[in-house]
Amino acid sequence: MKRLIAAAAFAASLATPAFADWQATLDAARGQTVYWNAWGGDARTNDFIAWTSTQLEAAYGIKIAQVKLTDTAEAVSRVVSEKAAGQDAGGSVDMIWINGPNFLAMKEQGLLHGPFVADLPNSKYLDLSPTSPNSVDFTTPVEGLESPWRLAKFVFTYDSARVAAPPTSMGDMAAWAAANPGRLTHPNPSDFMGATFLKQALIELAPDAAALQAPVTDAAFETATAPLWAWYDSLRPNLWRGGAAFPENQSVQDQLLNDGEIDVSVSFDPASAAAGIAQGLLPETTRVFVPKGGSLGNVSFVAIPFNAAHIEGAKVVANFLLDPATQAHMQNIEVLGSYSVLDPAKLNDAAKAAFAALPSAPALPKLEDLGPTLAEPHATWMTRLAEEWAKRYTN
Amino acid sequence: MREPLQAKTLRAAVLTIAALALCAPIAAGLWHSAGAAMGHLPALGKAGPSIGPLTELLAKPGFATALRLTLVTGFAATILSLVLGVALAAAITQGPARIISRLLAPFLAMPHAAMAVGLAFVLAPSGWVARTLAPILGWARPPDLATVNDAFGAALILGLVVKETPFLLLVILAALTQIPLRAQINAAQSLGYGLGAIWAKVIVPQLWPLIRLPVYVVLIYNLSVIDMALILGPSNPPTAAVLIARMYSSPDLAQILPASAGAILLGLCAAASIAALSGGARAFARVGPVWVRRGWRGGGRGGGRGGGLNTLIAAVAMLGAGLLLLGAGSMLSLGLWSLAWRWPWPMLLPESLSFTAWAGALQDFGPALQNTATIALASTAISLAMAVAWLETQFKSRHEALIYLPLLIPQISFLFGMNTLLLQLGAQGSIGAVIWAHVLFVFPYMMIALTGPWRALDPRFGQAAASLGAGRLRQLCAVKLPMLLTPICAAVAIGVAVSVAQYLPTLFLGAGRIGTLTTEAVTLASSSDRRITGVVTSLQAVLPFAAYLLAFIIPKLAHRNRSALQGATG
Repeated sequence: MKRLIAAAAFAASLATPAFADWQATLDAARGQTVYWNAWGGDARTNDFIAWTSTQLEAAYGIKIAQVKLTDTAEAVSRVVSEKAAGQDAGGSVDMIWINGPNFLAMKEQGLLHGPFVADLPNSKYLDLSPTSPNSVDFTTPVEGLESPWRLAKFVFTYDSARVAAPPTSMGDMAAWAAANPGRLTHPNPSDFMGATFLKQALIELAPDAAALQAPVTDAAFETATAPLWAWYDSLRPNLWRGGAAFPENQSVQDQLLNDGEIDVSVSFDPASAAAGIAQGLLPETTRVFVPKGGSLGNVSFVAIPFNAAHIEGAKVVANFLLDPATQAHMQNIEVLGSYSVLDPAKLNDAAKAAFAALPSAPALPKLEDLGPTLAEPHATWMTRLAEEWAKRYTN
Repeated sequence: MREPLQAKTLRAAVLTIAALALCAPIAAGLWHSAGAAMGHLPALGKAGPSIGPLTELLAKPGFATALRLTLVTGFAATILSLVLGVALAAAITQGPARIISRLLAPFLAMPHAAMAVGLAFVLAPSGWVARTLAPILGWARPPDLATVNDAFGAALILGLVVKETPFLLLVILAALTQIPLRAQINAAQSLGYGLGAIWAKVIVPQLWPLIRLPVYVVLIYNLSVIDMALILGPSNPPTAAVLIARMYSSPDLAQILPASAGAILLGLCAAASIAALSGGARAFARVGPVWVRRGWRGGGRGGGRGGGLNTLIAAVAMLGAGLLLLGAGSMLSLGLWSLAWRWPWPMLLPESLSFTAWAGALQDFGPALQNTATIALASTAISLAMAVAWLETQFKSRHEALIYLPLLIPQISFLFGMNTLLLQLGAQGSIGAVIWAHVLFVFPYMMIALTGPWRALDPRFGQAAASLGAGRLRQLCAVKLPMLLTPICAAVAIGVAVSVAQYLPTLFLGAGRIGTLTTEAVTLASSSDRRITGVVTSLQAVLPFAAYLLAFIIPKLAHRNRSALQGATG
């Protein structure tokens, strides 16, 4: 009998007019300005956020003010300082573009509002099964504390006018660099993209890639990274500037590619070569390649700090980002070219048609050319890798 | 002379405001940073004291190298800028110094980060210099040479020197107006001294006490610079300030502790560096008189031993002029980039031109431009009022160290702590907080510009006005301010330039919400699109340029029928 009551209560909770709840959120959100803290280094993303703001203002009377960050951790430390000062409400950060180690840090410190993802009407288009990339962020369970908005997949870009055959695997890069000394580099591993370069190599070279899914231990690190350092020691002398200097981040490396100082750059966005060409930032002959075993992929999320001043507004923004029309607009190469996070199987015909009608570009890889997506190692590996790299290769 | 009560009250009021508005927050900021450095940060559940953060800092890979890089680049850049500044001053005071000093305005108006981006393009292996050489040397690809981000920090030193030499030169030219330069040179020359010997033995010893403070300010700036070091400096490891900034922005929040230890350590290094520099100067002062007494005159003209120093001054001045040309080239390259669409290696000029970057910027950066102007005008107006009040109350010079405090401590040493303080007051993220933070830095720079001319004004003007029955306020408004219009306008222009260039204070105290052209420029520099950087830095330079232009025109118009004021002051 008790079980029956519980089941009935559960069923009733499902039947609760979620619609009415959402209407209350929309009403509360009207007139709010959402301070979205997002990395501001990409002009197209900034433009997309500005477009989102005009759409939301027209539909719901909500404005977005993008707080442009040079590093996502700036927003995290802002929330930390606010907590330090005892400011538990009315905080200055309403929403953060976040994932990986920054998410882990905020989750562990209890700095996030939520769970809220299930409250968003458009979350019905997401695959939220426990193993989906939308549910685990760098192996850390999301638990509804952040909402997905764009897909990231690690790719290399190269100038096809100068390079006939790019390396086919990370292991192959050592030989390629020996044949083309000074033409290859990677961002400094203290930068997210630099650490990703090392992770990509680690997954390919580690004796047991499955071990990377658990939090790092000294013994596991020793075993897993031994082949990586052997490979890197043979690669490094043939890197740009003899492996003594590294570009600060991906965009600096893109600039080196455009300047002809190197032949290969990195990106977490398969559309970035096409986008860079369209913006005049990369040579027309830039193309994308992916190691033949596949490459790392993850989801970019938005999270709401525990003390955000405009929680309702932030939820409406998060929900709008998951709208199929928004996602199709975002995937348009002429707009942002970022792949959608929605589950195609859950879309209706109109939404499917919108995605099918998107324009293409020569430098835009086909989905099937991108190979399998490799799961991100546990977030602790990334920090440890960057530290160990600094220990070994800092003068 | 008995002091009137009114003056005493004014003095007490000014001193209280300076202490409360300038020194207290910095002390509190240092206190919070020091707390975190000792392992005390309740927000992360850490309670100190402990030496853990310090040991963690010292164990950071490459920290010793980073610290050495900081000291080497900081001292080298400061001393080089000073030597070049003095040599250039010696060379141009022989000719039309006033015209040349006007040419310095663009260098002062150009933000450090922008100069660095331009310089990096000129010097890089794929840059303008290499592109000029490529057809001659047959380079199909850019050479794999570390001409920027070199491990020794040479490119960083060069960048700092290009930016700081014009500032010091301007300070030196202003200070020289307090020395009867022409008369002393004439007298010494009639005794058979060469120009080099006159500067070394007569002018520089008088000059040093007048420019000491700005030199310290430059030294501290060079030791703690972040934006220029990121763009031009070595990357693995970078300088200590960059390393500390990286720790502050690490996703691992516990890194705030060693970062704070680094911030405090950098502050201590800065203090030790000032002590070392002033100690060095004092040692020179001891040895100097012996050299002077030996009587070497360096006449030069009749051959003899003295020609060397004259030639040296000429050579150093040429070198300085060359560096300024390099800076001009950097600014020009950014202007070109703002109009470029595609500009690949090895083309000397853009392959295609476009106004896209400008068109986008004018709609994107409108609010930022407005914020920048509001903050610059407000902080300059407040600072000017404070400076006039301060100078009118005639403090002893030992009080003066107080107001230069914000410039003599590395920004990164106290900004994190100050941020915590402001949050507790609930004032963070408002435009008022940002304006106040700018005043911290604008006020001392305006004082540097105003103190000399103010003290050099003949006190008999005021006395004459007083004997005609004018009160203090009337003396100030009717006599002093009009006579000092030229230096006041120059100080306002410097104030505007300093405010426009502030990055860290705007970011920290504006909670990232108060976007200025500089915060936009640094964010975009992380994306390193030189075309947008070109646009933003051009916009960034517009306000200070306009201020410098007005500082030139207003006194000209106001003094058009006062021939003695045209060129007598300033």
